Amino acid sequence: MAGTNSDTIGKAHPDLEQIIKIAIMAVGGQGGGVLTNWIESLARTEGYHCQATSVAGVAQRTGATIYYIEMAPASIPTPVFALAPSAGDVDVLIAAELAEAGRAITRGFVTPDRTTLIGSTHRSLAVSEKTVPGNGVAPSEEILAATEIAARTRIMADMEAAAVSVGSVISASLFGALAASGALPFPREAFEKAIKGSGKGVDSSLRAFAAGHDLALNGEIREPETPSAPAVSNAAGPEGAMRAWSTLSARIGDMPEPVRELALAGLRKVVDFQDTDYGLVYLNRLEEFLACDHASREFRLSRAAAKYIANALAYDDVIRVADLKTRADRFDRIRDEMRVADGYSMRITEYLHPGVDELIGMLPAKMGNRLDKSETWRKRIDRWFSKGRRIRSDRLFGFFTLYCLGGLRGWRRRTFRHSVEMAHMDRWLGTAREYLPDRYDMAVEVLNCRRLIKGYSDTHARGQTKFDRVLSAARLVDQRTDGPQWMARMREAALKDEDGKALEGAIRTIETFTEERQLETA
Amino acid sequence: MAERSFKAEVEHLRKGKGETFTGEGILAITKALLENGVGYVGGYQGAPVSHLMDVLADAQDLLSELGVRFAASANEGAAAAMLGASVHYPIRGAVTFKGPVGVNVASDALANLSSAGVTGGALIIVGEDYGEGSSIMQERSYGFAMKSQFWLLDPRPNLPSIVKAVGDGFALSEASNSAVMLMVRIRSCHVTGNFECSDNQPPPLSVRDALSDPRSDFNRVVLPPMSYVHERDKVENRWPAAEAFILENRLNEQFGPKDGKVGIVCLGGMYNGTIRALQRLGLSDISGNTSIPLKVLNVAYPLVQSELLEFCEGKDAVLLIEEGQPEFIEQQLGAMLFKARSPIHLEGKGCFPKAGEYTGQVLFDGVEAFFRKHAPDLLPGQILAPNQPKPEIPDLTSTVPIRPPGFCTGCPERPIFASLKLAEKELGKHQIAADIGCHLFAALPPFEIGGSTMGFGLGPAGNAAFDAGGERRAISILGDGGFWHNGLSSSIGNLVFNRSDTVTVIVDNYYSAATGGQDVMSSRAKNPTKSTNNPISKALEGVGVKWIRQIDRTYDVPRMRETIREALTTDYDGPKVIVASSECMLNKQRREKPLRTAAIREGRRVEVPRFGVDQDICTGDHACIRLSGCPSLSLKQLDDPLRDDPVAHIDQTCVGCGNCGEVADAAILCPSFYEVRTVHNPGKVESFLSTLATRLRTALQNRRKARRVTFSMERM
Repeated sequence: MAGTNSDTIGKAHPDLEQIIKIAIMAVGGQGGGVLTNWIESLARTEGYHCQATSVAGVAQRTGATIYYIEMAPASIPTPVFALAPSAGDVDVLIAAELAEAGRAITRGFVTPDRTTLIGSTHRSLAVSEKTVPGNGVAPSEEILAATEIAARTRIMADMEAAAVSVGSVISASLFGALAASGALPFPREAFEKAIKGSGKGVDSSLRAFAAGHDLALNGEIREPETPSAPAVSNAAGPEGAMRAWSTLSARIGDMPEPVRELALAGLRKVVDFQDTDYGLVYLNRLEEFLACDHASREFRLSRAAAKYIANALAYDDVIRVADLKTRADRFDRIRDEMRVADGYSMRITEYLHPGVDELIGMLPAKMGNRLDKSETWRKRIDRWFSKGRRIRSDRLFGFFTLYCLGGLRGWRRRTFRHSVEMAHMDRWLGTAREYLPDRYDMAVEVLNCRRLIKGYSDTHARGQTKFDRVLSAARLVDQRTDGPQWMARMREAALKDEDGKALEGAIRTIETFTEERQLETA
Repeated sequence: MAERSFKAEVEHLRKGKGETFTGEGILAITKALLENGVGYVGGYQGAPVSHLMDVLADAQDLLSELGVRFAASANEGAAAAMLGASVHYPIRGAVTFKGPVGVNVASDALANLSSAGVTGGALIIVGEDYGEGSSIMQERSYGFAMKSQFWLLDPRPNLPSIVKAVGDGFALSEASNSAVMLMVRIRSCHVTGNFECSDNQPPPLSVRDALSDPRSDFNRVVLPPMSYVHERDKVENRWPAAEAFILENRLNEQFGPKDGKVGIVCLGGMYNGTIRALQRLGLSDISGNTSIPLKVLNVAYPLVQSELLEFCEGKDAVLLIEEGQPEFIEQQLGAMLFKARSPIHLEGKGCFPKAGEYTGQVLFDGVEAFFRKHAPDLLPGQILAPNQPKPEIPDLTSTVPIRPPGFCTGCPERPIFASLKLAEKELGKHQIAADIGCHLFAALPPFEIGGSTMGFGLGPAGNAAFDAGGERRAISILGDGGFWHNGLSSSIGNLVFNRSDTVTVIVDNYYSAATGGQDVMSSRAKNPTKSTNNPISKALEGVGVKWIRQIDRTYDVPRMRETIREALTTDYDGPKVIVASSECMLNKQRREKPLRTAAIREGRRVEVPRFGVDQDICTGDHACIRLSGCPSLSLKQLDDPLRDDPVAHIDQTCVGCGNCGEVADAAILCPSFYEVRTVHNPGKVESFLSTLATRLRTALQNRRKARRVTFSMERM
C-alpha cells in the first residue's frame, strides 16, 4: 500500500531542505521513546547532527504522545533545530496506531508536498470508543482514505501484528519500515547497527525490524480470496436428529437467496441452543414474515426476522452459559488465544454471579411466576443463593457442575425464563405484524429494535426498558412517512449511552413535534 | 526505586575535560551542577525535572566522593528551604521542582530566602510545564521572580547554552546576593544534544565542613527592622549588581546585524522556534545566521533597560516574543520605551495570541504578521503571494477519538474507582473532591469521579466546607504521594482538628507513581539511603484518626465497595479514612517480569495469569468497560452475521490483575470473564492430575456431542 502524491510548494530558505524532520505519534506505552533513541543514534553514527525532543509527561500513561527529531548533515555548522513539529513542515511522520495517523493528519503534520507517512493500520481503541453500549469504534476506512490524499508517500500496514508475531514490540517493526521507506539517507545495516548498539532485546528487535522492513516493501500478503464462498457448516449428530436437520435445512434451500445466509445462521444458532424441534419453531415464525415479503423490497423484513428471531429464541440463560463454557472447542480456543503450548497446564477460573432473575428463571414456569411477583421471595433468594461464584472449570468438580447445568436443555422449555421470553417475543412479533402489509418499513424497524436487548441481570433489564421505550414511542410516529427513520434514530440513540439519556432526548424531540401537530389540528 | 534506572547515565556524570556528553537537557544540567562545585542538591520530582532527581538518586557514590549532599525533599517548600544553607555559608546549592505548581508550594521559602539574600550561589531549577503535554494549570513562574526579586534565566534550548546558564546562574547569584531561578521548558528538559565537559569540582566548602564552623547574623533574619533593610537592599544594591553582571558578562545575546528597520526580541527559550520561523520565511539560514537584528534574552528577569533601549534605537518596529500571559516583559519594555519617549512600534501580543503555547505554527504566523505589517519588503515573493493553493485534506476531527492519559493496564487504582462508582450506583451521587496524582485520571471517562482538584495533598482540605456532614457524606481522594507531600497536615490534620464528618480514600500504590515511581515514606521497597516502610495507617493513628480501614488488595472489589459503603453509612461522625493499598502495576511488572522470565528459563514452576472473555457469552453491551477502561480490555468485531455490536476482548497485554472479573462479579454484569493461569514447568503429580482431568473432561464432552447436532465451520 504505497503511493505518491507529487506537487511541491516551494518557499523558505533553500538550505532548509537539508534538515530532515521526523515526528513520531504514538500511544503511551508503545515504545516511542525507544524508536526515537534508535533514530537518534543512527543519525549520529552516520555523521549527522541530530536533536530529539518529547513531551511525554503523564501522556506516557496510555495517552497520545509525540516525539520529534530533526537531523542535518555534519557539513552544516551548528544547525538550529526546532523543538516541535509544525503543520506542513514534517518530512517523515511515523504513526504507531491508525487513529494516531488520523490525529497527525488533523494536526497538519502530513502534507502531500513532503510527508512520507509510515503508519500501522492496527487499532488501539480509545476509551470513548469502547464505552458506547453499541458500536462506537471510529471508522478506519475514513482515516485510511485520508492518508491516501494527505501523504506524499505512504506505507500503511499492520506493524503491530508484524512485531507481535515475532515476539517483539511495534517500535522495532516501524524502525524497519522507516529503513525500507528510503526516507533517510542511510543503508539498512546502519539501522540494524543502531538496534545492536542499544543492547537490549536485540535479537527480537532485529526480527521485528526485518518483519517491518519486508512488510513495508511487499505490502500485506493477503490470503487468496475464496470466490464468495461463505463458510459452510458441516452438521453432525445422531441419526434421528440429523434427519430432522436435513428436513429443516431443506426448507431454507426453498427460501429466496437474500434470506438464506441469515436464515441458515439463525437456524444453526437455534438448534445449537436447544434442538431440532426448536429449529422448527424458528422456521415457522420466520416464514410468517417471509409470506408477507417481496423481492422488490430486497427481503429486508425477512432478513431482519431471520436475524432477530434467532437471537430472541437463543436467549442467554444459565443453561446456555454452562453449555458454552463446557464445550471442547472453547477449551481449544482458550489454549490458542492464551498461547498455551502443549505440555503446559492451564488453570481456568470462571467468574460467575447468577442474579435473582437468572435463578428464578430456572424454576418451573408457574412457580417462577409466583416467586418473581413476590418481593419477599426475591429478596430471600437473593440472600440465599446470589453470590459470586468462582468455578475452576479445568478441574473435574467445577467442570462437572457446569456440565450438569448445561445438560438441563431438556428442561429449558418448561422454565419460567422460557415462558417470559416467549411471551415477550410474541408481543414483539405481534407489534411488527400489525404494521403489515401497509407500513412495511415500520415492521422492519420494530424487528430491528431487538438489537437493544442484550446482557444479563441489570444490563438485560436496562435493555428491556429501552426496547419498551422505543416500541411505545413508535406509536407517536407510526403514521408519519418518516416514522421508520425516527425509529432508527431512536434505536441508535439508545445504543449511545448506558442511562438512555440520548434516547430520552430523541423521544422528547418526537413528543414536541407530535404535540405541535395536535395543536395545529385542534 | 524510580521507574527508570539511570545507572548508565551516572557514568556520563563522571566525564571530565576533553570528553563529550551526549544526552538529555535535564541530565546536562545535572552534570553542569557538579562541574560548578555545587555543595548540596535537593528537590521534588515531577515532569519535566524528575530525571534530575532520579539520576542523582542513582549517583550516590559519585556524590559522596565529591562531598555533595543530595536530599529527596518532602515537597517543594522543603526543597526551597534547603537553600537556607547558602544564606550564611559560601556554598553553592541547587534545588529543583516543576513550575509553576512547585514554585507555588515553595514560594514561602523563596520569599524568605530572597529577603535574607544569599552568600553562596543559590540556584532554583524549574521545569516549566507549559503547553502541549503539560499536566497542570497553564500559568507562568515569572511573577514569582518579580514579586520576590530573584533573577530568572531562560537560556536558549541547546545543551551548551543550558550548561553555561548553570555556571552563569551561580555567578550571578553570588554577584548580586540573590537567588537565581533557571527556567527550563518541558521540551528543553527532554531535548537531546551534546556539550564539551569540564572536570567535576568538589565544593570548596562542603556542608559537612560548614557544621564545624557554624555562622549566624541577625541582619539576615526576616524580622523588622531588618526586613525593611532587606527590601531597600534588593532595589538599591542587589538589583543594580545583577544588571551590571548581566551586561558585563553578556548573558543576553545579539544575533544578526546590529541595525535594521525592524528587530526582534525573544526569550532564550523561544530562540529555536523563532529561528525556525525566520528560516521558513527565508530570513535565516540553517545555522541561525539571520538578516534581522535579534536580541535573545537569556535573562528573563531583570530586564536591563540600557541594553533594550540601545537595541530599539533607530528601528521602526520591534517584535517581542514572549509566551504565556500576562505579558510581563512586554509591559516592562513598553514602560521603558514610553518613558524614553521612543517612537518605535512595539509589537507582541496582537501579532501573537494572548494565551497558549507558541507552537511552530503560531510563531511562523506571528512573525510573518509582524513583517507584513512593518517590513513587507523583507519577505520573499512566494510568501507574500503564494502561487499554489493549499491542498484539500479531508477533515478527520470528528472521526479521530480524543486520547487523554488514563490508568495503565492492571492499575490497582482502577478497582478502587470501580468500587466507588458501584457504591454511587447504590447510594447516589456524592460530592467528591480529587487530588493530584495518577488517581486524578478517575475524573475522566469511564469513571468520571471527582469534580475538582485544589492542589497536591489538598483533596480532603478541598472538601472542608462540607465537613459538617449532610444527607450524603462528602468523599475526597488523596494519593500516597500527596499524603506525604503535605496531605498529612493540610488535609488529615485538618480533618481531625475540625471533627470532619467526611470520607477520605487514600490511594496507596507504594510510590510517587505519576512522577516516575520514586519512593515515598510508605513505600514497601528497601531503600539503602532513605527511610521507607512507614505505614500510612500508623501516621493516621498518630494524628488522631479513629476510624481507619486498611485494605491490602484493592482488586477485591466486593470488599472495597463494602468498605466504602460502611464509611458512607456508619453512625460514627468523625473523619473516616480508607487506605487502599496495592502496588503500582507499572513498577510491579518492571520489577517482577525479569524475575519471572528467569524462573521459567531455570525450570521452576511459575503461574502466569491472564484474563479472557467468552465471545459467545459476551453480548456486546460493554458495561464491563464502563467500569474499567483497562487498555487491554478492548473490542472485537465477530465474523457472525447475527451479531451487530463488537464484543469485549482481552488482548495479550493483560497482566492478569483480575479487575475485570471482580467487577463483572461485584456488579453482577455477566458470566463472560474467566482467568487462565498458564502453569510453566508443572510438577509431575500436577501434570498427571491435569492429564487425568482433561481425559475425563473430553469423555464427557464427547458424550454430549454424540447426542446433539453440532456444527463445524469450514471454508469451501
